[in-house]
Amino acid sequence: MTTLIETVDLMKIYDVGDSPVHALDGVSVTIDRGDFVAVMGPSGSGKSTFMNVIGCLDRPTSGEYRFDGMDVGSLGPDDLAEIRNRKIGFVFQGFNLLSRSTALENTELPMLYSSIPSGERKKRALDSLRLLGLEGREHHRPNQLSGGQQQRVAIARALVNDAPIVFADEPTGNLDAKTSVEIMELFVRLNRESGITMVVVTHDPDVAAFSRRVIRFLDGRVVSDVAVEK
Amino acid sequence: MISIPSTLKISIRALWVNKMRSSLTMLGIIIGVGAVIAMLAVGTGASRKISQQIASIGSNLIIVIPGSMTQGGVRLGAGAQSTLSREDAEAIGRECPAVQAVSAEMRRAAQVVYGNQNWATAIQGLEPGALEVRDWGLVDGRNFSEQDVRNATKVCLLGQTVVDSLFGSMDPVGQIVRIRKIPFVVIGVLEKKGQSPIGQDQDDVVFIPITTALKKVFGTTHAGTIGSIMVKAVSTEALPEAERQVTELLRQRHRIGPGREDDFTVRNLTSMLQVAEQSTKVMTLLLGAIASVSLLVGGIGIMNIMLVSVTERTREIGIRMAVGAKARDIRLQFIIEALTLSLIGGVTGILVGVTVSGILSALAGWSTEVSILSIFLAFGFSALVGIFFGFYPAYKASLLHPIDALRHE
Repeated sequence: MTTLIETVDLMKIYDVGDSPVHALDGVSVTIDRGDFVAVMGPSGSGKSTFMNVIGCLDRPTSGEYRFDGMDVGSLGPDDLAEIRNRKIGFVFQGFNLLSRSTALENTELPMLYSSIPSGERKKRALDSLRLLGLEGREHHRPNQLSGGQQQRVAIARALVNDAPIVFADEPTGNLDAKTSVEIMELFVRLNRESGITMVVVTHDPDVAAFSRRVIRFLDGRVVSDVAVEK
Repeated sequence: MISIPSTLKISIRALWVNKMRSSLTMLGIIIGVGAVIAMLAVGTGASRKISQQIASIGSNLIIVIPGSMTQGGVRLGAGAQSTLSREDAEAIGRECPAVQAVSAEMRRAAQVVYGNQNWATAIQGLEPGALEVRDWGLVDGRNFSEQDVRNATKVCLLGQTVVDSLFGSMDPVGQIVRIRKIPFVVIGVLEKKGQSPIGQDQDDVVFIPITTALKKVFGTTHAGTIGSIMVKAVSTEALPEAERQVTELLRQRHRIGPGREDDFTVRNLTSMLQVAEQSTKVMTLLLGAIASVSLLVGGIGIMNIMLVSVTERTREIGIRMAVGAKARDIRLQFIIEALTLSLIGGVTGILVGVTVSGILSALAGWSTEVSILSIFLAFGFSALVGIFFGFYPAYKASLLHPIDALRHE
């Protein structure tokens, strides 16, 4: 398997008040293409900061980060936006859909920023929604959809630009147990059938159980990194 | 990079969601643009009216009238003396190169009678060249000739008002009218000219040959003297030169030594009106400038609302950035939104301005004129306002950090 993500001694330091806070304190992790990783840890352990940094939403204070062979540390904000746009899909706890736009428009959103003609945009968004079983919901707004449906729209949006990796930050945090399982099974299917690399940040062991590898954070450091026994 | 049509769609939707707020913000621009258009229309209308008046008295006119005179300690007004003669007029036409045409004239009030109708009007004796001097044409019949002047023929030209009063709808040419009981043949009818700059009815007049006026109808205290000399300069630029040449020639002819006062007065009618026109233009600018202030206030309103909008939609900005919007995409979105507000406001403002101008001229009777230039000016100005006042909020939005924007509640 080829390496997709490689971090070396990643540091993220926030200046809050008098003493600096080490949100990431020397994190070195490698994630291979096609892997399914759960990132766990209590709140404040640095797991979300880790996801933001490797998701190119945030930049590390120091350390090296290579994504798909590129040295991300040397890239500017526009290049990071480009990577997020074409190579990364995000799924958030609060769904983060545009509330005034329909499911279809939300799914089209990443393609608006990658110069794809509107006809193809619509076709790909519809395909993506169909893949997630949202046929007939294309013109519903988020407030007309259930939580599980909203999260599936968010996943459709994450997949629409054919990103090789999806980052999910507490994707089941706002969902009931049954829907949570459905979403996680969906992730497993995407990972297995489409070879999409999954990184799921969670504090829920049941959710982590769907992954193949669990990385635990505490106080900004990786304290364990083990394969899940099936 | 996001395309302009997609951005426009997003902007229009965002504005549509806050209909009330968007329309109130636009109202600022509508009032501003409307005020600029209406004020400029009032100003342009006023100066156009003055230009028309200048044209109606005839362009490039100089009038020479006799000077004042003192009689037993009483100073009589200008024109009291009888110092001008037909020979003076002829000499001006002959010897002043800056003069195109000249006419010796005299004017008296008299009753004109036709059949059982009569009408008090101004009888004006003048040379055939008088019509050219005044840029005045005939609608019917013919002008009198040099021969009519030489022979002091009893012929006359009637102004429109006189025709209406004496003849109604009848054709007056060839009819006989009586002035001071002397019969005159009507040989022509003058074009309608309307009011003079000071509100006189210029059409209430009867023209007769100057010689007929002097020898047969009125006569003068001093034989051969006339009321005034009308002079037309070759061009507007030549007016001051013509004035100088006329003054010099008359001083010479009247043997007025250096240092002594003229016994005549030269007045330049056109330049007086040009001064009035100039001041109207300044007035127009001033009105436009004051109206622009409200456009500026409208622009600040746009900036205010855009800043609120950026804060409210921080999370939306975060989502867009997370899925790949660059700083310039966000900037473009908000600038286009501000521009949409200001341009829709601008176009509506133009309609409002045109309507208000129409209402002003209909109700207040002001002459207004909406110029194409003022429409382009207002439209361009409102676009500038949109870009200028939209830029700062847009720039502020583009500086947001994706993580902070996403976490924003």
